[in-house]
Amino acid sequence: MTRKQRRLTMIGGSLAVLAVAAALVLNAMRDSIVFFSTPSMAAEKQIPTGKRFRLGGLVQPGSLVRGDNLAVNFSVADGAATLPVAYKGILPDLFREGQGVVAEGALDASGVFRADTVLAKHDETYMPKDVADALKKQGHWKDDYGAKPGAAAEPAPTQGASK
Amino acid sequence: MIAEAGHYALVLALALALIQSTVPIAGARWGDAALMNVARSTALAQLLFVAVSFTALVMLHVSSDFSVVNVFENSHSTKPLLYKITGVWGNHEGSMLLWVAILALFGGLVAAFGNNLPLSLRAHVLAVQAWIAAAFYLFILVTSNPFLRIGSPPIEGRDLNPVLQDIGLAVHPPMLYLGYVGFSISFSFAVAALLEGRIDAAWARWVRPWTLVAWIFLTLGIAMGSYWAYYELGWGGWWFWDPVENASLMPWLAGTALLHSAVVMEKRNALKVWTILLSILTFSLSLLGTFLVRSGVLTSVHAFATDPTRGVFILLILCLFIGGSLSLYAWRASALKQGGLFAPVSREGALVLNNLFLTTACATVFIGTLYPLALEVLTGDKISVGAPFFNLTFGPLFVPLMMAMSFGPLLAWKRGDLLGAAQRLTAAGIAALVTIAVVYAWTFGGSTFAPLAIGLAIFVVAGAMTDLAERTALFRVPFATAMQRARGLPRATWGTAFAHAGVGIALIGIVCETTWNSEYIGTLKPNDVAKVAGYELKLDGVTQRQGPNFREMIAQFTVSLDGAQLSVMLPSKRNFTTRGSSTTEAALLTRGASQLYISLGETTNEGAVAVRIYHKPLVLMIWWGPILMAFGGMLSLSDRRLRVGAPKPAKASRALQAAE
Repeated sequence: MTRKQRRLTMIGGSLAVLAVAAALVLNAMRDSIVFFSTPSMAAEKQIPTGKRFRLGGLVQPGSLVRGDNLAVNFSVADGAATLPVAYKGILPDLFREGQGVVAEGALDASGVFRADTVLAKHDETYMPKDVADALKKQGHWKDDYGAKPGAAAEPAPTQGASK
Repeated sequence: MIAEAGHYALVLALALALIQSTVPIAGARWGDAALMNVARSTALAQLLFVAVSFTALVMLHVSSDFSVVNVFENSHSTKPLLYKITGVWGNHEGSMLLWVAILALFGGLVAAFGNNLPLSLRAHVLAVQAWIAAAFYLFILVTSNPFLRIGSPPIEGRDLNPVLQDIGLAVHPPMLYLGYVGFSISFSFAVAALLEGRIDAAWARWVRPWTLVAWIFLTLGIAMGSYWAYYELGWGGWWFWDPVENASLMPWLAGTALLHSAVVMEKRNALKVWTILLSILTFSLSLLGTFLVRSGVLTSVHAFATDPTRGVFILLILCLFIGGSLSLYAWRASALKQGGLFAPVSREGALVLNNLFLTTACATVFIGTLYPLALEVLTGDKISVGAPFFNLTFGPLFVPLMMAMSFGPLLAWKRGDLLGAAQRLTAAGIAALVTIAVVYAWTFGGSTFAPLAIGLAIFVVAGAMTDLAERTALFRVPFATAMQRARGLPRATWGTAFAHAGVGIALIGIVCETTWNSEYIGTLKPNDVAKVAGYELKLDGVTQRQGPNFREMIAQFTVSLDGAQLSVMLPSKRNFTTRGSSTTEAALLTRGASQLYISLGETTNEGAVAVRIYHKPLVLMIWWGPILMAFGGMLSLSDRRLRVGAPKPAKASRALQAAE
């Protein structure tokens, strides 16, 4: 086999594998990508029932209701709108009322967001980035969430709009 | 005083790096041996000063000197000593200092043990190392100085993020960095080869052990991180396709490809240009990982840094090194002559196939990780690319790779006999088919995919053993002779077999855990019994305990199987008062390779506690696999041909000179 033939075989093989990979990626992109929305964006976009998305916002203080057998209901708010969420299971350690949360699931026929995953991947001062950005845009950003821990012992939870 | 000394040592290290990055290159240009030798002394001195700087930060953390911002923000006087030390790299500034310390360590090792390298190659390699080091020293000194003081020192610190106060996190970052940064050596060798315009099989032999060392640490580091996530985050998951995990997986995939292509280059003097490119890409992906994790562009526990100036600085470093090295590659690679010929069906061909699939798999991970970021920048839409995407792209690409894995080592160099290899793999194939049939019959009505995947895994493991059996002529010659042959086999052959078998073992664990995982989620009152996978778990009671810097709620479970009491499990929930946050400490009961897993949720008003109980069949094999791979890597590293050092580079007459 000459050098040229070998090179052609290798290039041909590589292109075949890359084509398969590209097809796989495009196929996966179509089916498995989940968009992020806040309650007001969800209301605006009229997301159809059953379409999966990620809902982010603040857990409305006082909205958390625990039912039987680990059923939980709470509302997610972004200042402009709220959306009721139903979830069954154990909430993450960092889940708190008034704190940022991201839930993944879909709306049911009655307009309740049925979450199958609830994420609170942040610590006490760190907000999920998606939520922080969305809140900033709408002017409901709490100063202390983004504050760099400075010399003060505890950031005072003052409410105030910036940006 | 200690802080200032540490800071000053780091400035001196930067000065040394600047000397090391220029003088040896000038020496190589002018053929001046004295100037080229400067690289060696500066690399060793640099290591010394960075070590001083790092030790200073450790001392500050151990002595809880809260007048230093870094200590104040990440430590607490009641924190156990171990976590005071590991807290050094549990934050942005400290972990960057660890990064440069390891970079200096590798530079120092090349300087100390590279005596058999040609002088000009060593000068070039160390100079390139110094470029990287200088960039990162500047980054630390300008944007992330860990030695910054506070005007009025507070009396108590803010404590380390509780989830990071764990033994897994003590070991995971240093391991991972030894891997990430270890690939800087193959990068430096690649750039040095491009600068010198010559490369030969001896070059590959020098590069291979360094790549192997980095790969072993990265393999263990990733496995460690995965096990930490499994027991510490309380979800029982071991891989989330989180961008931070992908950031470490990408260099691993590229590094694995590099390991294999370096073999072809060493043995057959082929695939040179490709090997150089892979060296550059592997370290570029390590830099990209550092950028993703350190710049805070991602939503993750790991992203401690929220300051955009840092992100921009690392992005500049990234562009400079990746752009620079790829431009140099585009300009000089054509000067490197092509090597030996081989037929598509041959050991080389199999290794090319391996490289093809590994790099393509790496590319899909790259797309899945960066596409959401790019889309957000371009259109403002926020999307999340999660496990389904990777399962649909990464999975199918790994199937042919694993099929080919057993064939590769059985093919001869240059021109292989596919039919012969297939015949020798008959036993492995039969073993795989029998496994598929047995597993399918046993779990009848369940998943059809799982038995096939387990069959594939068995094929890989049996294929690795077939290779050993073939080489020792087991079953064809008397047993004693075969044993004698086994002892005589190169360690690298054993290494290959163990590493390949490790992949199969990990796959078995992954398939069993994801398919036959059983779980119980509910609330339990004292004396309630939960039944999971035949086990009976009785909640005996809940007690409170005071730890060094946390309060702990411990639940006691008695586990029994078929009425016989087995053991007691003590899952707990810790409340860290300083940060007001809590962590879930899962309890694990190991039965063979399977585990029972209990993690606690919140307590209800009636005194009942929410629990998650999982039975995870063969879950430990997920981590035994990588350990086996790393063990294979170590065996390969101890191979005689790597111990005795590389041969002298090809003679000038045969040397592959740049067409200048």
